[in-house]
Amino acid sequence: MRNRVLLLLTVAFAVLITWNLKNILLGLPDEARQDAIFRILYFHAPAAIVGLTGFGVGMVFSGIYLATKNLYWDTLAASTTEVSLMLAAINLVTGSIWGRQQWGVWWAWDARLTSMLVCWLIFAGYMMLRRAVDEPNTRARLCAVVSVFGTVNAWFVYKVIEWIPRLQHPGPVLSFRTGGRIDRQLETPFFWMVLAYLLLAVILIMIRDRQESISREIDSLRRLAHA
Amino acid sequence: MKEELSRKGAELAKKQISFSASSAPLRETVFSFLGQCLTIAQKDLRAEWRTKEALNASLAFSTVILILFSFALDPNPEMMQEFSGGLLWLVFLFAGALVLNRSFAREMQNDCLDALLASPVPPSGLFLGKTLANYALLMTLEFICLAEFGILFNVRWLANVGPLMLVMALGTWGMTVVGTVFSALTVNLRLREVMLPVLVYPMMVPVMMAAMILTTDLLAGTALGPGNMLWVRVLVGFDVIFTLLGVSLIDTVLVG
Amino acid sequence: MNALEIDAVWKYFGDFPALRDIGFTVQSGSVVALLGRNGAGKTTLLRIMAGLAKPSKGSVKINGNEVREESTRRRIGVLGHGISLYDELTATENLVLFGKLYGLDDAAKHAHQWLERTGLERVRDGLVREFSRGMRQRLAVARTFIHNPEVLLFDEPFTSLDDRAIAVLQSLINEAKSRGCTIVMSTHQLREAIELATHIVLIRKGELAYAGERRQEMLDDPTWLYRTFEGESVS
Repeated sequence: MRNRVLLLLTVAFAVLITWNLKNILLGLPDEARQDAIFRILYFHAPAAIVGLTGFGVGMVFSGIYLATKNLYWDTLAASTTEVSLMLAAINLVTGSIWGRQQWGVWWAWDARLTSMLVCWLIFAGYMMLRRAVDEPNTRARLCAVVSVFGTVNAWFVYKVIEWIPRLQHPGPVLSFRTGGRIDRQLETPFFWMVLAYLLLAVILIMIRDRQESISREIDSLRRLAHA
Repeated sequence: MKEELSRKGAELAKKQISFSASSAPLRETVFSFLGQCLTIAQKDLRAEWRTKEALNASLAFSTVILILFSFALDPNPEMMQEFSGGLLWLVFLFAGALVLNRSFAREMQNDCLDALLASPVPPSGLFLGKTLANYALLMTLEFICLAEFGILFNVRWLANVGPLMLVMALGTWGMTVVGTVFSALTVNLRLREVMLPVLVYPMMVPVMMAAMILTTDLLAGTALGPGNMLWVRVLVGFDVIFTLLGVSLIDTVLVG
Repeated sequence: MNALEIDAVWKYFGDFPALRDIGFTVQSGSVVALLGRNGAGKTTLLRIMAGLAKPSKGSVKINGNEVREESTRRRIGVLGHGISLYDELTATENLVLFGKLYGLDDAAKHAHQWLERTGLERVRDGLVREFSRGMRQRLAVARTFIHNPEVLLFDEPFTSLDDRAIAVLQSLINEAKSRGCTIVMSTHQLREAIELATHIVLIRKGELAYAGERRQEMLDDPTWLYRTFEGESVS
């Protein structure tokens, strides 16, 4: 059953990403100020959106673990956080590439990138903690607490960094963002891309979750054998 | 009808009496809780005062950092105007981490943590007591660092000393609360010395930023006003939220 | 009301069950010897009884109340593997600290009394760091008893005690017994344990192998217990 769902999602993702990539790469006109590179927005921003949502969802799963003490939720929380960490990394790398192309610097201390970097560091710490604790219940408990602290802190980080006057983009981002609304033609592929990233995240979380469950089972069998 | 009303009246009167009777034990509970927190805090401070291990190490460390900063940057007045707040709080953060690491680590010797958890003190009381002790230690450390900083870099901090103390008080509480929770969390890990900084430093970013910006302003002579009140609110918000989170989650961290 | 009620307690470390469906009751005034080989689960069970760990399933009640409640913990005294004393504080300071935490009104007076009873009056202002091993153990015993607990939980109390400390502990246990306290003691020292005990609980690989009164066969030959219940579980 689970495999069937996984297959369905993978097919849906493959179809969606192919179709959307075709639209983005071939269907859209080059943007006035940025030429072809502006298309990186379609990889950069959705990664942030889905990634940050993922951290929040991870916190919810952690909360459910704390309430039920069922390790299933802990495995799910860990998988979700790990995949979100990957998406955050994609956001950082694409942001860096885009910045290099546009402003000539590999890293500009702008609000969004800096916030995402701090977020990434917080949850990289979470992943390190997972490796540092052997006993599954203790690991689940401690990581759940870190997840809650980390997510609340991440929210703080975003708000606080936004208010720092000097951390703005070195130049205007996109010329078609006049009046805060993107042109319709450019908006639609954006939403499809967010959906594609979401599908990708769910697929990877399902795979990772199964890996973690199996690894936990092997670990307990090993303990049983040694007892 | 009359019997009905008088019966209901009697029930209501009973409820009122039991309510006011239950508020006296509540007061007692709060006082006893605070008493336990203070006992724990006093114990930590006394133990630290006898050995002065953490205090000496962090003072030495902070002095070295200040000296290294003077080599790394050219401490002329313009430079100091821009960087003073940032530098000062970096020193507080790195030196403070030494103190915070010791906090729960000192309980592991002789299995003292087990005895504390088996006692009637609730984990939240243990946590608040330790946070208070760490706070006192960090504030002491920071005053000494501030004096050193003023001397070494010729920064005049007495001008805006009132608001500066407020910022230090608020910022240090935020640092202490988060640091103490993670000290408890990492206490049983074999990689404790590594895991504490890795987990805690990113989490300190909001409180550090607010404190740094405010301190830079105050040391440059700008008073607290509508321009930077936002950051004071950030500090207060951070302190309140993370104290609440710490108190509610510490039981899970320590006992599980 | 039973002094101690262990009800269907399971403890998992990951998916590995360290304790499986442990259930027994202890009447007030009993002395229970908790026996079993290394790794059987005695320390895990004791920690759960002391409220230091939570069972994965089941419950532990002391005098009908949950262990983690404050009023319950006031009535429990725990002596574990470590001495649970602060090296940088004096003997008096250590006892006053725990006295205050357990809600004693005049903690200093109680501390003084217990220092006398354990023969540490001379060194009451000495730092624990400077004490000999026997002195530290006697102080640990004082710390356990200072608040007059009704329920005492000991994890291998006689291991590595010197003769003087053993004598102090034995007399205190007998006194507590006569006061009607309930004592649970996990130990490897079969002989001492069976002599002191009124009831025996035997844990074998996380399961309850025997829980009942001390029998004459056990007094005559302490190893009878292991020989008889090796491979058998209580039905």
